[in-house]
Amino acid sequence: MRRWPSLVAAAALVALPFVYHAPYPLHIAILILIWSFAYTSWSMMGRFGLTSFGHGGFMGVGAYVTALAWNHGGVSPWIGIPLALVAGGLLALIVAYPCFRFRITGHYFALVTLALSGIVLQVITATRDHTGGSLGYTPERYRGGSSLYALQFDSKTTWYLIALGVWAAGLWIWYRVEGSMLRYALEAISEDEDAAAATGVHVTAEKLKITVLSAVMTALAGALYCQYQMFISPDTVSGIAISLQMVFAVVVGGIYVSLGPTVGAIITILMAEVLRIGFGTRAVGWDNLVYGVLLVLFIVFLPKGILGSVLALRRPASGATR
Amino acid sequence: MGVFDIYLLETLINGVLLGGVLALLSLGLNLVFGVIDVVWICYAELIMLGMYAMYFLASVYRVPLPVAVPACIAAVAVLGLLLHVVVIAPLLGAAPINQLLATGGVLFFLQSAATIMFGIEFKNLGLRLPVLKAAGMFISYSRLLAFAAALVGMIAVYLFLNRTYTGTAIRAIAQDRQMMTLMGVDSRRIYVITSALGGGLAGLASCLLVLQYDVHPFVGLSFGPITFLICVLGGLGNFGGGFVAAFVFAEIISLGGLYLDLEWGYVFAFAFFIAMMFVRPQGLLARRS
Repeated sequence: MRRWPSLVAAAALVALPFVYHAPYPLHIAILILIWSFAYTSWSMMGRFGLTSFGHGGFMGVGAYVTALAWNHGGVSPWIGIPLALVAGGLLALIVAYPCFRFRITGHYFALVTLALSGIVLQVITATRDHTGGSLGYTPERYRGGSSLYALQFDSKTTWYLIALGVWAAGLWIWYRVEGSMLRYALEAISEDEDAAAATGVHVTAEKLKITVLSAVMTALAGALYCQYQMFISPDTVSGIAISLQMVFAVVVGGIYVSLGPTVGAIITILMAEVLRIGFGTRAVGWDNLVYGVLLVLFIVFLPKGILGSVLALRRPASGATR
Repeated sequence: MGVFDIYLLETLINGVLLGGVLALLSLGLNLVFGVIDVVWICYAELIMLGMYAMYFLASVYRVPLPVAVPACIAAVAVLGLLLHVVVIAPLLGAAPINQLLATGGVLFFLQSAATIMFGIEFKNLGLRLPVLKAAGMFISYSRLLAFAAALVGMIAVYLFLNRTYTGTAIRAIAQDRQMMTLMGVDSRRIYVITSALGGGLAGLASCLLVLQYDVHPFVGLSFGPITFLICVLGGLGNFGGGFVAAFVFAEIISLGGLYLDLEWGYVFAFAFFIAMMFVRPQGLLARRS
């Protein structure tokens, strides 16, 4: 019987664009879904104490590989996106394998991945002859209109449904991990690596699995963002600022619960939009100001995030929510 | 080939001088990192505010430099102290990553506060130090000055840590947190002093940076990451290592900038950092255990 509420919610979400299709709210909804998926991807590894500041890099790779393959190689995103996912996964493997093998954890892991974000941003900027550098990059329109082959659609409803599907798939993966042995292994590792290894957990392999999964999902978010917005720049899809943004939204929403990253995305994006509409150009800076204060307050007083704390209040006796 | 060699030499010398700037930047962060074991992600934003302080003191209110510089250092020291008392102290018992994230929140806060208060225009002192011309090479005085200040600052910190009672207590705390509190050292007091000192060093760095660079609210992003990487590459809290790492990074950036683009210099520096993490995870000058 517990399935009923989620089924009703799913039906309502699918029906939404057919009932109510004003372009602006739908645009915001699509952005929220895409970013929710990216944040969920980050939280896949973040919830096990693997704090990565490199996800801006994976997202950038996802977006730029897809766009470059389309513009320079004429490769359809149907092939370009899998290519981008492989590239993101490989990048994660190259950086993460030595990290885990040599037991670089905590602060050090965060800073190594920070360097990764920096590298991706600088490479995109430095190869400006191909990527447009910091001015940004636009995938070419395919014969002007919508096309399934080019994965370009004019209709916001189509994009809404695609983003909704990807977001739901992200949640499904989250629950698959939640119910798997991988989760127990990673929880043991995040408590104590030596003890986990002593009980027969292959520490490096388990950490690599979740990292590559998380990176591939993030690259997909990047590719999706690129196809939807039809404009990418190093500052909007890669770099340290995007990495920080992912971490913060997840922390605000709730890092240990499935919908936490989604709540984080809703709060941060709506807040930015409300401030922007309410105050116009005078609002420049205010959203991040509020955001920064909120973040500090959350980490000090509500480390489980908004959704995590609400759920913990509702079920004080349950051990299921951390 | 003669022209080429002059360029190479000039690049190498400018690399050394850039190394001085980077070393100066990393001093305060390294101290806080080593003693309190907290990463101030917002460290570069403290420097940004220091640069604004210098801009307003020296350029707008026409305060003479001998007054403005100490005032700026003191102001940033107070900021560092506040950062510790308000944000870090309540989190000392939490997971280290929480402290890192909280200072990340401070980063956003300071950046946007600066945007709101000062606007996004680039500002500078309007004071340009002359450029030294020697043997066909151009070397900027402000970099020489920063280099000298980095040396003096490092020696001063070294003397303070090794010759004074408080300095000894700071080093002891860095070695063993639990034990030193049992030996009667007030760790809270030591942390506050260290944070103020770290802030002061950030203030010193900002006084010298404002001579070379324009200040704007996002200036911290351009040198913040590299500062963290230098501290880690040198080994957290290892001042000698940090100093060497600063020069290695600076030479990579300068040489990359000479042969390709400045961005490639940064790419190589970052890649070098990742590679070195695997070879010497404890820092450049660490003894192999």
